[in-house]
Amino acid sequence: MNGNGAILATAGISKSFGPVQALDDVDFEVRRGEVVALVGDNGAGKSTLIKAIAGIYSIDAGKFFFEGQEVRIGGPNDATELGIATVYQDLALCDNLDVVANLFLGQETLLAGPGRTVQALDEIEMEQRSHQLLDQLSVTIPSVRSEVGTLSGGQRQQVAVARSLLGEPKVVMLDEPTAALGVPQTKQVLALIKRLRERDLGVIVISHNLANVFEVADRIFVLRLGRKAGAFAVRDTTEEQIVGAITGAEFGEPTNEIGER
Amino acid sequence: MRIGDPDYAAPADAPAERTSPRDLLRRFMQGDLASLRVILAIALIWIIFQTQNDRFLSATNLTNLFLQITAVGLISVGVVMVLLIGEIDLSVGAVSGFAAAVMAVLNVKQGWPAVPAILAGVLTGTLIGLAQGVLFTRFTIPSFVITLAGSLVWQGALLKVLGNTGTVNLSNSSITDLANTFYGDAVGWVIAAAVIAIYAVAILASHRRRVLAGVTTEPAVLLLIRIGVMAAVTVVAVAILNSDRGVPLALLILLGFVLGFQLITTRTTFGRHLFAVGGSAEAARRAGINVTKIRIIALMLCSSMAAVGGILAASRLLAVNQSSGGSNLLLEAIAGPVIAGTSLFGGRGSVWSALLGATVIGSIANGMNLLALESSVKLMITGGVLLAAVVVDAVARSRRRAEGRV
Repeated sequence: MNGNGAILATAGISKSFGPVQALDDVDFEVRRGEVVALVGDNGAGKSTLIKAIAGIYSIDAGKFFFEGQEVRIGGPNDATELGIATVYQDLALCDNLDVVANLFLGQETLLAGPGRTVQALDEIEMEQRSHQLLDQLSVTIPSVRSEVGTLSGGQRQQVAVARSLLGEPKVVMLDEPTAALGVPQTKQVLALIKRLRERDLGVIVISHNLANVFEVADRIFVLRLGRKAGAFAVRDTTEEQIVGAITGAEFGEPTNEIGER
Repeated sequence: MRIGDPDYAAPADAPAERTSPRDLLRRFMQGDLASLRVILAIALIWIIFQTQNDRFLSATNLTNLFLQITAVGLISVGVVMVLLIGEIDLSVGAVSGFAAAVMAVLNVKQGWPAVPAILAGVLTGTLIGLAQGVLFTRFTIPSFVITLAGSLVWQGALLKVLGNTGTVNLSNSSITDLANTFYGDAVGWVIAAAVIAIYAVAILASHRRRVLAGVTTEPAVLLLIRIGVMAAVTVVAVAILNSDRGVPLALLILLGFVLGFQLITTRTTFGRHLFAVGGSAEAARRAGINVTKIRIIALMLCSSMAAVGGILAASRLLAVNQSSGGSNLLLEAIAGPVIAGTSLFGGRGSVWSALLGATVIGSIANGMNLLALESSVKLMITGGVLLAAVVVDAVARSRRRAEGRV
């Protein structure tokens, strides 16, 4: 398997923590311009899979394919260099810094000339690029100079997603992006995820909220006890089938397995 | 990307890029404009002491006041670096004494020339910071424990290098001139004019670049007010200093370090990363920042500035003795920035707070001495002011949190 047309694919990924088999022979893929929702009960291996792809966990067995080529992901830097960005559940923003500073944190733009030798910040360039980026994503915040701590949860999530896009990634992974958000804020974040799809990115979303999953995803990948419990095209699937796959209850033959699409 | 995306919830909070008066009031209450609050506090303190003793605002006493705060102000500049990353350094007092002793012994007993002796003193501070920083980050022991232990060690080291006599008198003019040089009227005014011109040009040029680039700007009126206030303060200060002994070199040294560190903290990646580590070390780490390196450098800068402050104090005292760097120095060096708005919790503050805080504490101490208050009263009043400052910091923090939850 080389992930036919998939931008990112895994083949036979396994990972165990001591006696616990967190991932067992998982084949997973995401294509360009596709949103794949990763669902499953607690401990099903969703976060483990994301962290394996992000290079945080080293895997025991299996292969990664990126744009059809087999690749090695030995650490977070490997994933970043391939163009895989991850937005973690706990955001990892600095509340005391403004939006521009957070977007560029760790990858600041420096002034040209003598300013570069003293590591002087090019605030104007960073602010302009922040505006461009946020406008493209239709993210609205009071000001790019607002402290991130003063933003709402939805706005913070959008800033975190925008931040992941600065490195021009090809795949974006979001861990529970709508957890702990109110209804209007969830709507904003889901709209943002759709815009990532429009930019032809491959998007992987972990979510517990099936309503959100059905609203935003093209495909749903279900994990159960570390194993693939099915992959479903959203438009041919009902919530009952997904719940059945998550819980392992009888759910009939999945006529809409991906690959037949 | 479609701007009119129907899926997108209409932005209820339309972009408001300009700073409204209400916004300013809110920032004032939350402590973001702590500098203004502190300037008002200084004005109030000065008025109170002036009404009690009309020599307080005399040129001679104000010149004395500025000389009294240079050492603690310099130490505070370094303390700000450590406070910004959310740590604390309890060794700055002892380090300032030990570094000054190293300088004094090398100069007086070993016969080193002034400049190498001074550099060796500063380097002593830098190396102490490196050692404490490595221990702190390597073993993840809280910084206050490491530096408290360090404080005792460096106090002992001070006694050791001073030897049996317990005091070293300084006579080398290059060293004693640091705290005892005053410039003439003309030099004072040239410095004032240069400072005002550079400040105004820098602010206006930056404003113009931002306007041309179409990015956020502060209202032009506010900039002009800032330039005006800055010019007025400079002119008044030079006029007062000139009517006494002139502009002291020590004050220029302090202002130079404050300005330099202000630029480092606000305009460079290192400064940005200091704030990031203080705001959320985990977020900084995930952003690829070498948090350990930032912490070690912050502690090194802190100890280096403690050494600089200690050398200035020795120059003023014309000696280093067993009580150098002792007494209230440590407490005042840490309390000053906190009084002036640098948070004990990290990630918030500015280098100006070192100067403003030292002025507040120095003014109170100076005024109480002028009133010849008893030590008991002085201690209790100083303690009360410190407590009030820390309470204000905590209240400002909880207000910000309340706002952040909206």
